[in-house]
Amino acid sequence: MLDMLLDILSWILLLGGALFLLTGAIGVLRFPDFYSRLHAVSVCDTLGAGMVLLGLMLQGGLTLVTVKLMLIFYFMVFSGPTAVHALAEAAQVSGLDPVEDDPEDG
Amino acid sequence: MYSIATILILVAIAVGLVRAFRGPTLFDRVMAGNMIGTLTVLLVAVLGFMNGRPEFLDIALVYVLISFVSTIAVLRVYVSRHGDPDSD
Amino acid sequence: MINLKHPFNLWLFLFAVWLMLSGHYTPLLLTLGLLSTLLVVFIAARAELIDQEMQVVLIKPGVLLYWFWLAGEIVKANIDVCRRILDPRLPISPRMIRVRATQQTELGRVTYANSITLVPGTVTVSVEGDMFTVHALTRETAEDLKGGELDRRVQDVEQRF
Repeated sequence: MLDMLLDILSWILLLGGALFLLTGAIGVLRFPDFYSRLHAVSVCDTLGAGMVLLGLMLQGGLTLVTVKLMLIFYFMVFSGPTAVHALAEAAQVSGLDPVEDDPEDG
Repeated sequence: MYSIATILILVAIAVGLVRAFRGPTLFDRVMAGNMIGTLTVLLVAVLGFMNGRPEFLDIALVYVLISFVSTIAVLRVYVSRHGDPDSD
Repeated sequence: MINLKHPFNLWLFLFAVWLMLSGHYTPLLLTLGLLSTLLVVFIAARAELIDQEMQVVLIKPGVLLYWFWLAGEIVKANIDVCRRILDPRLPISPRMIRVRATQQTELGRVTYANSITLVPGTVTVSVEGDMFTVHALTRETAEDLKGGELDRRVQDVEQRF
């Protein structure tokens, strides 16, 4: 019974995560300017990847496989924002201006 | 079920490729490449489970690191070509 | 924090990671793992990479609590961004804002900047001293960040590293 429940939960996580990945990709295609697209990449990097990996962890159980999945997740959580930040800073240094709705000096 | 997840991830990669081809700036392309890297890692992991060969995870683990380093490397090359001493 | 400044500590850490990832424990493979981790320590020492920045942040209850809180925020922000992607009627209003980081240490500021980027809807674009330039996807995410809850929580967790 518990096994089946875990199985169902892991399928939900896996498919939900894949849907979030697809949504993020659509966002990358749909958003109007470079800086907005970065937010869509964040969706892929965090919730999409997290849910897929968590779903696989539930399938793996308490084994070395799960440890490796956790390591993959750990690397993604730390390298994802760094890569996004590097992209944003390089774009700003090269003089790419963001589209702003109602600019404020804040 | 694994196959549905695989197909969804493949479609996402295809959508990402469209953005990589369209550009319009270099950064859009690097960004799309970075996202496709993330998606590939997850694809490799899911495929490993689908074929019952969790050893694929080692490949995924290495791919995470390579994809991160390659993104940073492309940006480093770009910045050093355009000579900006501040943005090290 | 565990300091990895000493080469032996670094080697111990690397070998532990190697053991965890390998899963095969025959004498031949153990010897190869031993040699490869020693080689890595040797190369790191020659490249003068063993310095203050090499340290392991231990997972303490307070830090873990922060991670769980951040995970909750990430889920909420993700759902918001996904709705804006899929529903054309929900507008986006991108903007650049500047926020001040009040953390004392470099590690605290790094944690703050990475947390901002990790939450979809806000991306740290550049860091000058303690002023961050942040790109926000909507007015709400910008207001949220300016409210300073994240800043306060990072400052709090910084004391416990």
